[in-house]
Amino acid sequence: MAETRFMTINMGPQHPATHGVLRMLVELDGEVIKKSTPYIGYLHRGVEKLAEARTYLQALTLSDRLDYTNGLSNNLAYCLACEKLLGLEIPKRAQCLRVVLCELQRIAAHLLWVATHALDLGAMTVLFYAFRERETILTIVEHVTGARLTPSYIRIGGLAKDVPPDFKSMVQAFVDEFPGKIDEYETLLTKNVIWRRRTQGIAQLSAPDAISYGVTGPVLRASGVNYDVRKAYPYSSYDEFDFIVPLGTNGDVYDRYLVRLQEMRQSLRIVEQGIAKLPDGPVNAHVLDVVPPDKDEVQHDMAALIRHFKIMEEGFKPPVGEAYGAVEAPKGELGFYLISDGSSKPFRMRIRAPSFLNLASIPKMIEGQMVADVVAAIGSVDIVLGEIDR
Amino acid sequence: MTGTQTVVQRLVATFGEGPVTVSESNGAPHVTLDPRRAREILDFLRNDPECAFEMLTDLFGVDYNTKKDRFELVYLLNSLSKNMRLAVKVRLNEGEVFPTVSDIWLAADWFEREIFDMFGIRFLNHPDLRRILLDDDFEGHPLRKDFPTEGYDFDRPLVVQLEEEREGEQEGEKG
Repeated sequence: MAETRFMTINMGPQHPATHGVLRMLVELDGEVIKKSTPYIGYLHRGVEKLAEARTYLQALTLSDRLDYTNGLSNNLAYCLACEKLLGLEIPKRAQCLRVVLCELQRIAAHLLWVATHALDLGAMTVLFYAFRERETILTIVEHVTGARLTPSYIRIGGLAKDVPPDFKSMVQAFVDEFPGKIDEYETLLTKNVIWRRRTQGIAQLSAPDAISYGVTGPVLRASGVNYDVRKAYPYSSYDEFDFIVPLGTNGDVYDRYLVRLQEMRQSLRIVEQGIAKLPDGPVNAHVLDVVPPDKDEVQHDMAALIRHFKIMEEGFKPPVGEAYGAVEAPKGELGFYLISDGSSKPFRMRIRAPSFLNLASIPKMIEGQMVADVVAAIGSVDIVLGEIDR
Repeated sequence: MTGTQTVVQRLVATFGEGPVTVSESNGAPHVTLDPRRAREILDFLRNDPECAFEMLTDLFGVDYNTKKDRFELVYLLNSLSKNMRLAVKVRLNEGEVFPTVSDIWLAADWFEREIFDMFGIRFLNHPDLRRILLDDDFEGHPLRKDFPTEGYDFDRPLVVQLEEEREGEQEGEKG
């Protein structure tokens, strides 16, 4: 009788398929995974601690750098929590623009995902196709916010400034051409035999397990659980938009792929509705001690200059209390829990990062699978270490 | 009456006013539990068909830096079937251990490791209580209020030492 021995393989932290600095310790019996342990923290910057030493306005910039594929949704989640603390009412135009921009960002994030995930599994062409369209979105985001990845554009009380006049036409051009592009990705992957063999039935996660692990986003919905923050706890007037939440059945890598492709189509519908009904009006709540005045006003009005200085220098002081603001980010439920002690700095800022919990479920997913499927599993969950390690 | 208010009333009716204190902030009800009965009540919240909080959305610590009941654990519960959220809190003193809930919600496993890492709160019967984000050698718990933001000794160069080297040095000192 041969002696059975397990082999332990170290994957990462520098490994192209781990999408960042993730280290997986995989214990193998031949080619079958017995046990796996993720090691994280290589990108830890102490964002929650840093926020305690910054004013509410300054802490906004920390949110950009969590999930760096998705700056606008991060801004929105943080602002929602702050606005709950302050009890602000946001003008309709700002709400609508927030939705349009976040959905564009969701498409960009999913494009990055489909590109890299397909590349991990050996389908290189998709990368070039998807990055082409992602570039269009990032150009729009740059045109509006001034930055491609770290916009800090959604501010407490509204937006940093109104969108430029050609925003509508740029977005409309994208909305018109994009459905054909999704069809192109589908021709490359959906019925591709190699793609199907590498993804179908791989890294399955049952619905009860997914819920217990706190998994959210497309991974949860691929397991057939209908939970989307946009529908369950609507924010920023999502309840006025018409869209459906795509669901999977098997909870495998292939279903996660299908759910995300469907989500891109739904996001496009939301964007289209958003720019069609974009209301006129201000983009900031009229709350003098929270929202800084316009640049133009600052240069002509002494009182506005003083207000601007006070808001930037001292910040504002929300009443004592707590608030939880959550959005449906491309990865899942992204939440900010803010505790205010009445000073101008958050007493505690807690970030509920979706990737953190989604990653925690990977050992369960890949138990008993082949070692080659680890890459498929990690790719299908779409983790971003920036928000896991915080 | 919203679903969450019904749940809060049901909690008070089942366990009495003693272990359950109800408060409110920005329109969301909060429930503070007596640490001695908290695990039992959390289990009830998960498994009772009227409550059915299937998902532990978040679990984190807060350091109030007070003499009595320094730390607070916040359990952010979410019921997918009833579509409601509830924040459940437990106050703990420094050095107190709290039973794990990682057998009730698997998500709690990593959350509790993070709280141990950041606040130094220990959880009883946790399957694998190690640091999660910080290095195993790290000293202190950074999210405590008495931990300076820039760290204790920012300028000290990091010297990486292998375990063999450390043992070798100790033997050298003896000889």
